[in-house]
Amino acid sequence: MAVISRGFTGRSREHTPELPPGQYLTKDFPVLSAGPTPDIATADWSFSIRTDDATLHSWSWDELHTLPIEDIATDIHCVTRWSKFGTSWRGVSLDTLFAGVETSDEYVMAHSYGGYTTNLPLQDLLGGKAWVAFEFEGEPLDPEHGGPARLLIPHLYFWKSAKWIRSLEMMSSDEPGFWEQNGYNMYGDPWLEQRYW
Amino acid sequence: MATRGSSSAIGDPLVISERETRDAPPHRIGLWHVGVVVSTHTETPTGRSIVLDVPGWGGNLAGQHADVRLTASDGYQAVRSYSIASAGDSDRVELAVDRFPTGEVSPYLVDDLLPGDELELRGPLGGWFVWKPTQTESVQLIGGGSGIVPLVAMIRSHTDSASTAPFRLLYSVRTSDDAFFRSELERPTPHLDVTWLYTRRVPHGWPRPAARISLADLAASAFASSLSPAVFVCGPTGFVETVATDLVALGHDPQRVKTERFGGA
Amino acid sequence: MPEPVDGNSLAGPFSELFSADLTTATARCLGCGDVSELARATVYPDPTGYVVRCGRCDDVLMVIIEEPDSIRLELRGMSWLKVPR
Repeated sequence: MAVISRGFTGRSREHTPELPPGQYLTKDFPVLSAGPTPDIATADWSFSIRTDDATLHSWSWDELHTLPIEDIATDIHCVTRWSKFGTSWRGVSLDTLFAGVETSDEYVMAHSYGGYTTNLPLQDLLGGKAWVAFEFEGEPLDPEHGGPARLLIPHLYFWKSAKWIRSLEMMSSDEPGFWEQNGYNMYGDPWLEQRYW
Repeated sequence: MATRGSSSAIGDPLVISERETRDAPPHRIGLWHVGVVVSTHTETPTGRSIVLDVPGWGGNLAGQHADVRLTASDGYQAVRSYSIASAGDSDRVELAVDRFPTGEVSPYLVDDLLPGDELELRGPLGGWFVWKPTQTESVQLIGGGSGIVPLVAMIRSHTDSASTAPFRLLYSVRTSDDAFFRSELERPTPHLDVTWLYTRRVPHGWPRPAARISLADLAASAFASSLSPAVFVCGPTGFVETVATDLVALGHDPQRVKTERFGGA
Repeated sequence: MPEPVDGNSLAGPFSELFSADLTTATARCLGCGDVSELARATVYPDPTGYVVRCGRCDDVLMVIIEEPDSIRLELRGMSWLKVPR
Protein backbone atom coordinates (compact mmCIF):
# COMPACT_ATOMS: atom_id res chain seq x y z
CA MET A 1 0.00 0.00 0.00
CA ALA A 2 1.45 3.30 -1.08
CA VAL A 3 2.18 5.99 1.47
CA ILE A 4 0.17 9.16 0.93
CA SER A 5 2.47 12.16 0.60
CA ARG A 6 0.97 14.90 2.76
CA GLY A 7 -0.10 17.87 0.66
CA PHE A 8 0.96 16.39 -2.68
CA THR A 9 -1.68 16.79 -5.36
CA GLY A 10 0.28 16.52 -8.61
CA ARG A 11 -1.02 18.17 -11.72
CA SER A 12 -4.56 19.44 -11.78
CA ARG A 13 -6.80 16.52 -12.67
CA GLU A 14 -10.27 18.06 -12.54
CA HIS A 15 -12.71 16.91 -15.17
CA THR A 16 -14.41 19.12 -17.72
CA PRO A 17 -16.75 17.88 -20.46
CA GLU A 18 -14.40 19.16 -23.16
CA LEU A 19 -11.58 16.94 -21.87
CA PRO A 20 -11.35 13.37 -23.17
CA PRO A 21 -11.18 10.75 -20.40
CA GLY A 22 -7.91 10.57 -18.47
CA GLN A 23 -6.57 13.88 -19.83
CA TYR A 24 -5.46 16.97 -17.93
CA LEU A 25 -5.41 20.51 -19.23
CA THR A 26 -2.14 22.34 -19.84
CA LYS A 27 -1.36 25.85 -20.96
CA ASP A 28 2.17 24.87 -21.98
CA PHE A 29 3.00 22.98 -25.11
CA PRO A 30 4.98 20.02 -23.79
CA VAL A 31 7.56 18.73 -26.24
CA LEU A 32 7.80 15.01 -26.62
CA SER A 33 10.33 13.49 -28.87
CA ALA A 34 11.41 9.98 -29.69
CA GLY A 35 14.70 11.19 -31.08
CA PRO A 36 16.92 14.10 -32.02
CA THR A 37 15.25 17.16 -33.56
CA PRO A 38 16.06 17.18 -37.29
CA ASP A 39 17.35 20.45 -38.73
CA ILE A 40 15.65 20.94 -42.10
CA ALA A 41 16.04 24.14 -44.11
CA THR A 42 12.87 25.08 -45.97
CA ALA A 43 14.96 25.25 -49.19
CA ASP A 44 15.69 21.53 -48.78
CA TRP A 45 12.23 20.59 -47.58
CA SER A 46 9.71 18.78 -49.70
CA PHE A 47 6.50 16.89 -49.07
CA SER A 48 5.25 14.03 -51.21
CA ILE A 49 2.44 11.53 -51.52
CA ARG A 50 3.51 8.15 -52.89
CA THR A 51 1.12 5.66 -54.47
CA ASP A 52 1.98 2.15 -55.61
CA ASP A 53 1.59 3.04 -59.30
CA ALA A 54 4.84 4.96 -58.76
CA THR A 55 3.22 8.32 -59.39
CA LEU A 56 4.94 10.85 -57.16
CA HIS A 57 3.03 13.89 -56.01
CA SER A 58 5.58 16.28 -54.58
CA TRP A 59 5.62 19.87 -53.33
CA SER A 60 8.53 22.11 -52.48
CA TRP A 61 8.17 24.65 -49.65
CA ASP A 62 7.30 27.40 -52.13
CA GLU A 63 4.88 25.18 -54.05
CA LEU A 64 3.07 24.28 -50.84
CA HIS A 65 2.58 27.97 -50.11
CA THR A 66 0.90 28.59 -53.48
CA LEU A 67 -1.94 26.28 -52.38
CA PRO A 68 -4.95 27.55 -50.40
CA ILE A 69 -3.85 28.10 -46.79
CA GLU A 70 -6.38 27.53 -44.01
CA ASP A 71 -6.59 28.85 -40.44
CA ILE A 72 -7.31 26.06 -37.98
CA ALA A 73 -8.49 26.52 -34.38
CA THR A 74 -8.61 23.27 -32.46
CA ASP A 75 -8.07 21.38 -29.20
CA ILE A 76 -5.23 18.86 -29.16
CA HIS A 77 -4.85 15.75 -27.04
CA CYS A 78 -1.59 13.93 -26.33
CA VAL A 79 -1.46 10.26 -25.35
CA THR A 80 0.78 11.31 -22.46
CA ARG A 81 -2.39 12.79 -20.90
CA TRP A 82 -2.08 16.49 -21.62
CA SER A 83 -4.68 18.36 -23.62
CA LYS A 84 -4.44 21.92 -24.83
CA PHE A 85 -7.51 23.94 -25.76
CA GLY A 86 -7.91 26.54 -28.50
CA THR A 87 -4.63 26.18 -30.37
CA SER A 88 -4.34 28.04 -33.67
CA TRP A 89 -2.52 26.81 -36.73
CA ARG A 90 -2.09 27.59 -40.43
CA GLY A 91 -1.56 24.99 -43.07
CA VAL A 92 -2.77 23.27 -46.23
CA SER A 93 -5.66 20.83 -46.02
CA LEU A 94 -4.89 17.26 -47.00
CA ASP A 95 -8.09 17.42 -49.10
CA THR A 96 -6.21 19.92 -51.29
CA LEU A 97 -3.07 17.79 -51.41
CA PHE A 98 -4.98 14.60 -52.22
CA ALA A 99 -7.14 16.30 -54.90
CA GLY A 100 -5.00 15.01 -57.77
CA VAL A 101 -4.09 11.67 -56.22
CA GLU A 102 -5.76 8.52 -57.48
CA THR A 103 -5.53 5.50 -55.23
CA SER A 104 -7.57 2.51 -54.18
CA ASP A 105 -5.48 2.06 -51.01
CA GLU A 106 -7.25 2.84 -47.76
CA TYR A 107 -4.28 3.26 -45.42
CA VAL A 108 -1.39 5.68 -45.17
CA MET A 109 2.04 5.55 -43.54
CA ALA A 110 3.32 9.00 -42.62
CA HIS A 111 7.12 9.30 -42.83
CA SER A 112 9.08 12.05 -41.08
CA TYR A 113 12.51 13.55 -41.48
CA GLY A 114 14.49 11.73 -38.79
CA GLY A 115 12.83 8.39 -39.49
CA TYR A 116 9.65 8.53 -37.41
CA THR A 117 6.57 6.82 -38.87
CA THR A 118 2.89 6.59 -37.95
CA ASN A 119 -0.03 4.82 -39.65
CA LEU A 120 -3.44 6.31 -40.46
CA PRO A 121 -6.62 5.38 -42.31
CA LEU A 122 -6.93 7.56 -45.44
CA GLN A 123 -10.47 8.57 -44.50
CA ASP A 124 -9.13 10.25 -41.34
CA LEU A 125 -6.98 12.52 -43.50
CA LEU A 126 -9.85 13.69 -45.72
CA GLY A 127 -13.05 15.66 -45.15
CA GLY A 128 -11.53 18.75 -43.50
CA LYS A 129 -9.97 16.79 -40.63
CA ALA A 130 -6.23 16.97 -41.38
CA TRP A 131 -3.58 19.42 -42.55
CA VAL A 132 0.10 19.91 -43.27
CA ALA A 133 0.67 22.74 -40.79
CA PHE A 134 3.59 25.18 -40.78
CA GLU A 135 2.45 27.96 -38.42
CA PHE A 136 1.53 27.75 -34.74
CA GLU A 137 0.00 30.71 -32.86
CA GLY A 138 1.00 33.07 -35.67
CA GLU A 139 4.65 32.05 -35.81
CA PRO A 140 6.56 29.65 -38.06
CA LEU A 141 6.41 26.22 -36.50
CA ASP A 142 9.37 25.72 -34.17
CA PRO A 143 11.63 22.73 -35.00
CA GLU A 144 11.00 21.20 -31.58
CA HIS A 145 7.27 21.23 -32.34
CA GLY A 146 7.80 19.68 -35.77
CA GLY A 147 8.86 22.57 -38.00
CA PRO A 148 9.20 23.35 -40.82
CA ALA A 149 5.92 21.41 -41.15
CA ARG A 150 3.99 18.67 -39.38
CA LEU A 151 0.78 16.77 -39.84
CA LEU A 152 -2.13 18.14 -37.84
CA ILE A 153 -4.86 15.56 -37.19
CA PRO A 154 -6.48 16.91 -34.04
CA HIS A 155 -9.26 14.32 -33.72
CA LEU A 156 -6.65 11.63 -32.96
CA TYR A 157 -3.99 11.50 -30.22
CA PHE A 158 -1.20 13.83 -31.13
CA TRP A 159 1.46 11.18 -31.89
CA LYS A 160 -0.52 10.68 -35.13
CA SER A 161 0.21 14.32 -36.05
CA ALA A 162 3.71 13.42 -37.22
CA LYS A 163 6.34 16.11 -36.67
CA TRP A 164 8.83 16.98 -39.48
CA ILE A 165 6.51 15.43 -42.07
CA ARG A 166 8.22 14.33 -45.25
CA SER A 167 5.88 11.99 -47.11
CA LEU A 168 2.69 9.96 -47.05
CA GLU A 169 2.92 6.45 -48.44
CA MET A 170 -0.28 4.73 -49.53
CA MET A 171 -0.76 1.20 -48.16
CA SER A 172 -3.31 -1.47 -49.07
CA SER A 173 -3.42 -2.70 -45.46
CA ASP A 174 -2.92 -1.09 -42.07
CA GLU A 175 0.72 -1.52 -40.97
CA PRO A 176 1.99 -0.24 -37.60
CA GLY A 177 4.28 2.81 -37.41
CA PHE A 178 6.97 3.60 -34.82
CA TRP A 179 4.88 3.82 -31.64
CA GLU A 180 2.22 1.46 -32.93
CA GLN A 181 4.85 -1.32 -33.24
CA ASN A 182 5.53 -0.69 -29.58
CA GLY A 183 2.09 -1.04 -28.20
CA TYR A 184 0.37 2.20 -29.03
CA ASN A 185 -3.09 1.84 -30.50
CA MET A 186 -3.38 1.51 -34.28
CA TYR A 187 -6.06 4.23 -34.40
CA GLY A 188 -5.71 6.43 -31.31
CA ASP A 189 -9.13 7.99 -30.62
CA PRO A 190 -8.75 10.14 -27.47
CA TRP A 191 -12.51 10.01 -26.73
CA LEU A 192 -12.36 6.22 -26.60
CA GLU A 193 -9.05 6.42 -24.72
CA GLN A 194 -7.33 4.22 -27.31
CA ARG A 195 -3.82 4.61 -25.91
CA TYR A 196 -2.52 1.07 -26.04
CA TRP A 197 -3.45 -2.20 -27.69
CA MET B 1 26.35 -20.77 0.38
CA ALA B 2 29.05 -23.31 -0.33
CA THR B 3 26.59 -26.18 -0.72
CA ARG B 4 25.88 -25.11 -4.29
CA GLY B 5 29.43 -26.09 -5.18
CA SER B 6 28.50 -29.76 -4.88
CA SER B 7 26.48 -29.62 -8.08
CA SER B 8 29.65 -29.28 -10.11
CA ALA B 9 32.44 -31.85 -10.26
CA ILE B 10 35.06 -29.14 -10.37
CA GLY B 11 33.10 -26.82 -8.18
CA ASP B 12 35.35 -24.97 -5.79
CA PRO B 13 33.09 -23.74 -3.03
CA LEU B 14 35.39 -20.83 -2.32
CA VAL B 15 35.21 -19.57 -5.88
CA ILE B 16 31.45 -19.83 -5.94
CA SER B 17 31.01 -18.09 -2.64
CA GLU B 18 33.35 -15.40 -3.86
CA ARG B 19 31.18 -14.81 -6.89
CA GLU B 20 28.12 -14.64 -4.73
CA THR B 21 29.69 -11.99 -2.56
CA ARG B 22 31.31 -10.12 -5.43
CA ASP B 23 31.88 -6.43 -5.26
CA ALA B 24 28.70 -5.56 -7.11
CA PRO B 25 26.79 -2.37 -6.40
CA PRO B 26 23.79 -2.89 -4.17
CA HIS B 27 20.79 -3.25 -6.43
CA ARG B 28 17.44 -4.28 -5.07
CA ILE B 29 14.67 -5.25 -7.40
CA GLY B 30 11.71 -2.95 -7.70
CA LEU B 31 11.27 -2.52 -3.97
CA TRP B 32 9.82 0.69 -2.58
CA HIS B 33 11.01 1.76 0.85
CA VAL B 34 9.23 4.25 3.06
CA GLY B 35 11.47 7.16 4.02
CA VAL B 36 10.81 9.67 6.80
CA VAL B 37 12.14 13.20 6.43
CA VAL B 38 14.61 13.92 9.24
CA SER B 39 15.63 17.42 8.20
CA THR B 40 15.79 19.77 5.26
CA HIS B 41 18.35 22.44 4.51
CA THR B 42 18.05 25.34 2.09
CA GLU B 43 21.06 25.16 -0.23
CA THR B 44 20.27 27.76 -2.90
CA PRO B 45 17.37 30.09 -3.77
CA THR B 46 15.83 27.19 -5.74
CA GLY B 47 17.20 24.08 -4.10
CA ARG B 48 17.39 22.23 -0.83
CA SER B 49 18.89 19.09 0.60
CA ILE B 50 16.68 16.55 2.34
CA VAL B 51 17.85 13.98 4.87
CA LEU B 52 15.68 10.89 5.19
CA ASP B 53 15.66 7.82 7.38
CA VAL B 54 14.88 4.86 5.14
CA PRO B 55 14.66 1.63 7.17
CA GLY B 56 15.90 -1.27 5.02
CA TRP B 57 17.84 0.95 2.62
CA GLY B 58 21.11 -0.71 3.54
CA GLY B 59 23.48 1.91 2.17
CA ASN B 60 24.60 2.95 -1.28
CA LEU B 61 27.69 3.64 -3.32
CA ALA B 62 28.78 7.17 -4.14
CA GLY B 63 27.07 8.34 -7.34
CA GLN B 64 23.99 6.13 -7.24
CA HIS B 65 20.50 7.56 -7.50
CA ALA B 66 17.06 6.87 -6.10
CA ASP B 67 13.59 7.02 -7.56
CA VAL B 68 11.20 9.05 -5.41
CA ARG B 69 7.49 8.25 -5.58
CA LEU B 70 4.82 10.64 -4.36
CA THR B 71 1.22 9.56 -3.96
CA ALA B 72 -1.70 12.01 -3.78
CA SER B 73 -4.70 11.30 -1.55
CA ASP B 74 -6.69 10.19 -4.61
CA GLY B 75 -4.06 7.63 -5.53
CA TYR B 76 -2.33 9.62 -8.27
CA GLN B 77 1.39 8.87 -8.34
CA ALA B 78 4.45 10.58 -9.75
CA VAL B 79 7.97 9.13 -9.88
CA ARG B 80 11.22 11.05 -10.44
CA SER B 81 14.91 10.16 -10.14
CA TYR B 82 17.27 12.07 -7.83
CA SER B 83 20.96 11.70 -7.21
CA ILE B 84 22.02 10.78 -3.70
CA ALA B 85 24.46 13.09 -1.93
CA SER B 86 25.32 10.57 0.75
CA ALA B 87 27.30 7.33 0.54
CA GLY B 88 28.04 4.48 2.89
CA ASP B 89 26.28 1.68 4.74
CA SER B 90 23.68 3.73 6.55
CA ASP B 91 19.90 3.78 6.23
CA ARG B 92 20.17 7.58 6.31
CA VAL B 93 19.90 9.03 2.80
CA GLU B 94 20.53 12.61 1.72
CA LEU B 95 19.02 13.92 -1.50
CA ALA B 96 19.44 17.39 -2.96
CA VAL B 97 16.79 18.75 -5.28
CA ASP B 98 16.61 21.79 -7.52
CA ARG B 99 13.16 23.21 -8.28
CA PHE B 100 12.01 23.10 -11.90
CA PRO B 101 9.28 25.75 -12.00
CA THR B 102 7.08 23.70 -14.34
CA GLY B 103 7.88 20.43 -12.60
CA GLU B 104 5.36 18.32 -10.78
CA VAL B 105 7.55 16.75 -8.11
CA SER B 106 10.51 19.07 -7.48
CA PRO B 107 8.41 22.08 -6.31
CA TYR B 108 6.77 19.81 -3.74
CA LEU B 109 10.12 18.49 -2.50
CA VAL B 110 11.71 21.96 -2.36
CA ASP B 111 8.79 24.01 -1.03
CA ASP B 112 6.34 21.75 0.81
CA LEU B 113 8.09 18.76 2.34
CA LEU B 114 8.50 18.96 6.14
CA PRO B 115 10.40 16.90 8.71
CA GLY B 116 8.26 13.92 9.67
CA ASP B 117 6.70 13.62 6.21
CA GLU B 118 6.86 10.26 4.50
CA LEU B 119 7.67 9.46 0.91
CA GLU B 120 8.71 6.36 -0.96
CA LEU B 121 12.15 5.59 -2.38
CA ARG B 122 13.35 2.89 -4.72
CA GLY B 123 17.02 2.05 -4.87
CA PRO B 124 19.88 2.46 -4.63
CA LEU B 125 19.97 2.48 -8.42
CA GLY B 126 22.68 2.41 -11.06
CA GLY B 127 26.07 0.73 -10.89
CA TRP B 128 27.77 2.71 -13.64
CA PHE B 129 28.12 6.34 -12.53
CA VAL B 130 29.76 5.31 -9.24
CA TRP B 131 33.07 5.74 -7.46
CA LYS B 132 34.33 3.04 -5.10
CA PRO B 133 36.95 3.60 -2.38
CA THR B 134 38.93 0.70 -3.87
CA GLN B 135 39.69 2.87 -6.94
CA THR B 136 43.15 4.42 -6.74
CA GLU B 137 43.44 6.37 -10.01
CA SER B 138 43.05 10.15 -10.26
CA VAL B 139 39.46 11.31 -10.39
CA GLN B 140 38.20 14.41 -12.19
CA LEU B 141 34.72 15.55 -11.15
CA ILE B 142 32.92 18.18 -13.25
CA GLY B 143 29.55 19.43 -12.09
CA GLY B 144 27.07 22.04 -13.25
CA GLY B 145 24.41 23.38 -10.87
CA SER B 146 22.63 20.61 -9.00
CA GLY B 147 24.76 18.15 -10.98
CA ILE B 148 27.12 18.43 -8.03
CA VAL B 149 24.99 16.02 -5.98
CA PRO B 150 26.45 12.63 -7.02
CA LEU B 151 29.93 14.22 -7.10
CA VAL B 152 29.53 15.36 -3.49
CA ALA B 153 28.71 11.76 -2.62
CA MET B 154 32.00 10.72 -4.23
CA ILE B 155 33.91 13.41 -2.31
CA ARG B 156 32.30 12.29 0.96
CA SER B 157 33.09 8.65 0.21
CA HIS B 158 36.67 9.65 -0.62
CA THR B 159 36.99 11.46 2.71
CA ASP B 160 35.23 8.81 4.78
CA SER B 161 37.46 6.08 3.39
CA ALA B 162 40.62 8.20 3.86
CA SER B 163 41.36 7.55 0.19
CA THR B 164 44.54 9.10 -1.15
CA ALA B 165 43.37 8.98 -4.77
CA PRO B 166 43.88 12.51 -6.16
CA PHE B 167 40.50 14.21 -6.63
CA ARG B 168 39.77 17.39 -8.53
CA LEU B 169 36.42 19.12 -8.83
CA LEU B 170 35.35 21.77 -11.33
CA TYR B 171 32.06 23.21 -10.17
CA SER B 172 30.16 25.54 -12.49
CA VAL B 173 27.40 27.67 -10.94
CA ARG B 174 25.60 30.84 -11.98
CA THR B 175 26.63 32.79 -8.86
CA SER B 176 28.08 31.84 -5.50
CA ASP B 177 24.52 31.82 -4.09
CA ASP B 178 23.61 29.02 -6.49
CA ALA B 179 26.18 26.53 -5.20
CA PHE B 180 24.92 23.43 -3.40
CA PHE B 181 27.04 22.29 -0.40
CA ARG B 182 29.09 25.47 -0.66
CA SER B 183 30.60 25.56 2.82
CA GLU B 184 31.44 21.86 2.69
CA LEU B 185 33.22 22.29 -0.65
CA GLU B 186 35.11 25.40 0.50
CA ARG B 187 36.54 23.54 3.49
CA PRO B 188 40.08 22.29 2.73
CA THR B 189 39.99 18.54 2.19
CA PRO B 190 43.04 16.28 1.79
CA HIS B 191 43.67 15.14 -1.78
CA LEU B 192 40.86 17.32 -3.12
CA ASP B 193 41.30 20.40 -5.25
CA VAL B 194 38.23 22.51 -6.07
CA THR B 195 37.93 25.04 -8.92
CA TRP B 196 34.89 27.29 -8.96
CA LEU B 197 33.52 28.55 -12.28
CA TYR B 198 30.85 31.27 -12.30
CA THR B 199 28.65 31.75 -15.34
CA ARG B 200 26.57 34.86 -14.40
CA ARG B 201 28.21 36.86 -11.63
CA VAL B 202 31.60 36.42 -9.99
CA PRO B 203 32.56 37.23 -6.38
CA HIS B 204 34.38 40.55 -5.92
CA GLY B 205 37.92 40.42 -7.25
CA TRP B 206 37.51 37.03 -8.86
CA PRO B 207 40.09 36.69 -11.66
CA ARG B 208 38.02 34.71 -14.16
CA PRO B 209 35.13 36.64 -15.71
CA ALA B 210 31.66 35.10 -15.63
CA ALA B 211 31.41 32.66 -18.52
CA ARG B 212 30.22 29.20 -19.33
CA ILE B 213 32.71 26.39 -18.93
CA SER B 214 35.09 26.17 -21.86
CA LEU B 215 37.82 23.98 -23.23
CA ALA B 216 40.31 26.49 -21.79
CA ASP B 217 38.88 25.95 -18.28
CA LEU B 218 39.27 22.21 -18.65
CA ALA B 219 42.80 22.58 -20.02
CA ALA B 220 43.75 24.89 -17.14
CA SER B 221 42.13 23.16 -14.18
CA ALA B 222 41.30 19.55 -14.94
CA PHE B 223 43.64 16.58 -14.73
CA ALA B 224 45.46 16.11 -18.05
CA SER B 225 44.40 13.22 -20.22
CA SER B 226 47.94 11.82 -19.94
CA LEU B 227 47.13 10.90 -16.32
CA SER B 228 44.17 8.80 -17.53
CA PRO B 229 41.88 10.04 -14.78
CA ALA B 230 38.42 8.61 -14.25
CA VAL B 231 36.11 11.49 -15.23
CA PHE B 232 32.57 12.03 -13.94
CA VAL B 233 30.46 14.79 -15.50
CA CYS B 234 26.99 15.65 -14.21
CA GLY B 235 24.67 18.55 -14.95
CA PRO B 236 22.12 19.87 -17.41
CA THR B 237 22.13 18.22 -20.83
CA GLY B 238 23.82 21.12 -22.67
CA PHE B 239 26.53 21.48 -20.01
CA VAL B 240 27.35 17.78 -20.05
CA GLU B 241 27.46 17.57 -23.84
CA THR B 242 29.78 20.59 -24.09
CA VAL B 243 32.13 19.26 -21.43
CA ALA B 244 32.18 15.72 -22.82
CA THR B 245 33.02 17.00 -26.31
CA ASP B 246 35.80 19.24 -24.97
CA LEU B 247 37.26 16.42 -22.86
CA VAL B 248 37.54 14.19 -25.90
CA ALA B 249 39.11 17.08 -27.82
CA LEU B 250 41.69 17.33 -25.02
CA GLY B 251 42.61 13.70 -25.53
CA HIS B 252 40.57 11.99 -22.82
CA ASP B 253 39.54 8.45 -23.68
CA PRO B 254 35.74 8.54 -24.13
CA GLN B 255 35.59 5.21 -22.28
CA ARG B 256 36.95 6.91 -19.16
CA VAL B 257 34.43 9.76 -19.26
CA LYS B 258 31.14 8.94 -17.56
CA THR B 259 28.26 11.36 -17.88
CA GLU B 260 24.94 11.87 -16.18
CA ARG B 261 22.69 14.37 -17.90
CA PHE B 262 19.46 15.40 -16.32
CA GLY B 263 16.74 16.60 -18.68
CA GLY B 264 14.59 19.62 -17.99
CA ALA B 265 11.38 17.83 -17.03
CA MET C 1 11.65 21.00 -22.88
CA PRO C 2 12.52 17.47 -21.84
CA GLU C 3 15.97 16.75 -23.16
CA PRO C 4 17.66 13.44 -23.73
CA VAL C 5 19.38 11.91 -20.73
CA ASP C 6 21.84 9.08 -20.19
CA GLY C 7 21.00 5.41 -20.00
CA ASN C 8 21.97 5.30 -16.32
CA SER C 9 18.65 7.00 -15.58
CA LEU C 10 16.90 3.77 -16.60
CA ALA C 11 18.15 1.84 -13.57
CA GLY C 12 14.80 2.34 -11.80
CA PRO C 13 12.51 1.13 -14.59
CA PHE C 14 14.92 -1.74 -15.34
CA SER C 15 14.83 -2.73 -11.67
CA GLU C 16 11.18 -3.65 -12.11
CA LEU C 17 12.16 -6.10 -14.85
CA PHE C 18 15.57 -7.59 -14.08
CA SER C 19 17.48 -8.60 -11.00
CA ALA C 20 20.78 -7.50 -12.59
CA ASP C 21 21.59 -3.84 -13.10
CA LEU C 22 20.96 -3.52 -16.82
CA THR C 23 22.53 -0.07 -17.07
CA THR C 24 25.94 -1.75 -16.75
CA ALA C 25 25.05 -4.31 -19.45
CA THR C 26 26.71 -3.96 -22.85
CA ALA C 27 24.70 -3.91 -26.05
CA ARG C 28 25.67 -4.08 -29.71
CA CYS C 29 23.85 -1.63 -31.95
CA LEU C 30 22.31 -3.33 -34.97
CA GLY C 31 22.67 -0.11 -36.95
CA CYS C 32 26.35 0.80 -36.58
CA GLY C 33 27.84 -2.10 -34.63
CA ASP C 34 28.88 0.09 -31.70
CA VAL C 35 29.32 -1.85 -28.47
CA SER C 36 28.59 0.21 -25.34
CA GLU C 37 27.12 0.02 -21.89
CA LEU C 38 23.42 0.86 -21.86
CA ALA C 39 24.37 3.59 -19.38
CA ARG C 40 25.98 5.38 -22.33
CA ALA C 41 22.90 5.22 -24.54
CA THR C 42 20.79 8.32 -25.21
CA VAL C 43 17.38 8.16 -23.61
CA TYR C 44 14.38 10.18 -24.73
CA PRO C 45 12.00 10.11 -21.78
CA ASP C 46 8.29 10.23 -22.35
CA PRO C 47 5.60 10.01 -19.68
CA THR C 48 4.52 6.68 -21.15
CA GLY C 49 7.99 5.25 -21.57
CA TYR C 50 11.46 5.67 -23.01
CA VAL C 51 13.10 5.55 -26.42
CA VAL C 52 16.69 4.37 -26.01
CA ARG C 53 19.03 5.28 -28.86
CA CYS C 54 22.60 4.35 -29.73
CA GLY C 55 25.00 6.98 -28.37
CA ARG C 56 26.98 6.84 -31.60
CA CYS C 57 24.50 6.58 -34.50
CA ASP C 58 21.17 7.54 -32.84
CA ASP C 59 19.43 4.40 -34.13
CA VAL C 60 16.75 3.04 -31.81
CA LEU C 61 18.17 0.32 -29.54
CA MET C 62 15.13 -0.33 -27.43
CA VAL C 63 11.74 1.09 -26.55
CA ILE C 64 10.14 0.80 -23.13
CA ILE C 65 6.42 1.49 -22.82
CA GLU C 66 4.90 1.71 -19.35
CA GLU C 67 1.29 0.64 -19.58
CA PRO C 68 -0.96 0.72 -16.54
CA ASP C 69 -0.67 -3.00 -15.82
CA SER C 70 2.56 -3.95 -17.56
CA ILE C 71 5.84 -2.77 -19.03
CA ARG C 72 6.55 -3.49 -22.69
CA LEU C 73 10.15 -3.86 -23.72
CA GLU C 74 11.04 -3.85 -27.40
CA LEU C 75 14.63 -4.66 -28.32
CA ARG C 76 14.52 -3.85 -32.00
CA GLY C 77 17.94 -2.35 -32.45
CA MET C 78 20.41 -4.53 -30.59
CA SER C 79 21.97 -7.73 -31.85
CA TRP C 80 22.94 -8.77 -28.35
CA LEU C 81 22.95 -7.72 -24.74
CA LYS C 82 25.70 -8.82 -22.35
CA VAL C 83 24.77 -8.63 -18.69
CA PRO C 84 27.51 -8.77 -16.04
CA ARG C 85 26.97 -11.42 -13.37
